Amino acid sequence: MIIEEKNAADSQHFEGPAIVFDDVCIGFEGNQVLDHVSFKVEQGETRILLGPAGGGKSVLLKLCDGLLRPDSGKIFVLGKEITAMRERDLFALRHRIGMVFQESALFDSMSVEDNVAYLLHEERVPEEEVRKRVEEALAFVELSAAIDKFPSELSGGMRRRVSIARAIITQPDLILYDSPTGGLDPITSTTIIELVIRQRDEIGTTSVMITHRLQDAFMLATHCYNSASKKVENISGGGVDKTTKFLVLNEGKVVFDGTTQELTHSDDPWIKDYLA
Amino acid sequence: MSFSPVLYTKRILASVQEYSLLSARAFRSLATPPIYWGDIFTQMDSIGFGSLPIVILTGFFTGCVLALQSASALQQFGAVSKTASLVSLSMVKELGPVLTGLMVSGRNASGIASELGSMKVTEQIDAMRALGTDPVRKLVAPRIFATVFMLEFLSILSAFMGIIGGWIVSVGLLGLKSSFYFHETYFSLYFADVWQGLTKPVFFGYIIASVGCYFGITTSGGTQGVGKSTTRAVVMSSVMIIIVDFLLTKLLIGIFGR
Repeated sequence: MIIEEKNAADSQHFEGPAIVFDDVCIGFEGNQVLDHVSFKVEQGETRILLGPAGGGKSVLLKLCDGLLRPDSGKIFVLGKEITAMRERDLFALRHRIGMVFQESALFDSMSVEDNVAYLLHEERVPEEEVRKRVEEALAFVELSAAIDKFPSELSGGMRRRVSIARAIITQPDLILYDSPTGGLDPITSTTIIELVIRQRDEIGTTSVMITHRLQDAFMLATHCYNSASKKVENISGGGVDKTTKFLVLNEGKVVFDGTTQELTHSDDPWIKDYLA
Repeated sequence: MSFSPVLYTKRILASVQEYSLLSARAFRSLATPPIYWGDIFTQMDSIGFGSLPIVILTGFFTGCVLALQSASALQQFGAVSKTASLVSLSMVKELGPVLTGLMVSGRNASGIASELGSMKVTEQIDAMRALGTDPVRKLVAPRIFATVFMLEFLSILSAFMGIIGGWIVSVGLLGLKSSFYFHETYFSLYFADVWQGLTKPVFFGYIIASVGCYFGITTSGGTQGVGKSTTRAVVMSSVMIIIVDFLLTKLLIGIFGR
């Protein structure tokens, strides 16, 4: 209850898009990684980031969380210009953003329970409440039995699910998924995507997800969570989820920004080739 | 790739700047809430209590060797009785703090660099930032505080063990009386000597932890990078301890006159 009150206080209302990139450029050691990138992610939207490896997708996601700073341009997240904020002010904003890292980035010296509860411990939430919230989050990712295990005892897929539980435990306003299915087998990948769909459809959290697997991207666009049957199902009539959109990056430039239909009907030869 | 002195100098200056900023942020973190007391006590246990065996052994055997070596030199002047003075002054003013610093550096600068380096390359430090925690406050500041605090006591223990080692050799092998050894030890030590011995560990502790943290937190290049950071941390902290010891000794002798 305490954490819910705190979240309510933290979830400051803001107008406009959840994320705005305005002419953002960043490079490392003379190599331009993002080149004049501009786009918006509306509140409640799920944005899928596609593109070849090395195209700047992970860098873009880290920019969204303020983990990197651009060389030029402005970035607004949850209504605040993070490019003008000091690191210490960003820490408070990051409490409202969940992030799932490519390799999970679980704290290997902590148990699953402590990993998932990390943010709650930081916020000095009473232990009873922490335990309850951790159990809820682990039940959401269907990993209740792993609560006392350490990350080294988990499989790759289980680690990703723990990472998702850690990201969602405080019900953040924005979730950033960095290749949550990367390196996983198709069955485990489907499980992870189903969790992302469930989070999108049940809670309606704004999210940005990087993926290299087109089947994952299109599953996200064409499936929804049925709360009655508690299953992820095809959207009836071959429809697509209207809140799910795509952003395609190639060599640091935005080559596509739009809906699922626009992407699949694009005449751009590079996109056609990429989707093929 | 050709060597560029300009680029090399720039890189060195950038490292010094980065190290200074990290230190400043760590000090600020120790002066403002939240302070991670739990992490500080964990580090005190790991760095302080964990280093007890090597510090006790090093101090003890250094005292033994010092007594043996000084006695053979002092014998030429018929001054074997001065062994206690030499052992106690050397251990308290110099060898206690320096050897403890070097031993703890070998054990903990490497440990800190490899632990933080592993966290860096596996994105755990980024994850910590993403979860709204300042890694400097959570990881660096507790290690600096714990190392400075515990090195003080470890140095005292090392000097004490050195004096005990010297006593055993003096009584057992050199034929000196226990009462004479301790009398000589007590009256040869002045406040200035003890003060010197207590000042140095503060600087050495800071060097060990801050250098270990700096190399750990700036690690790049995967597991190979962790190995490099660990080696660099030990080498750099050991060299800095020796250099700072010289500067401090000069300064403190200037202040206290002995």
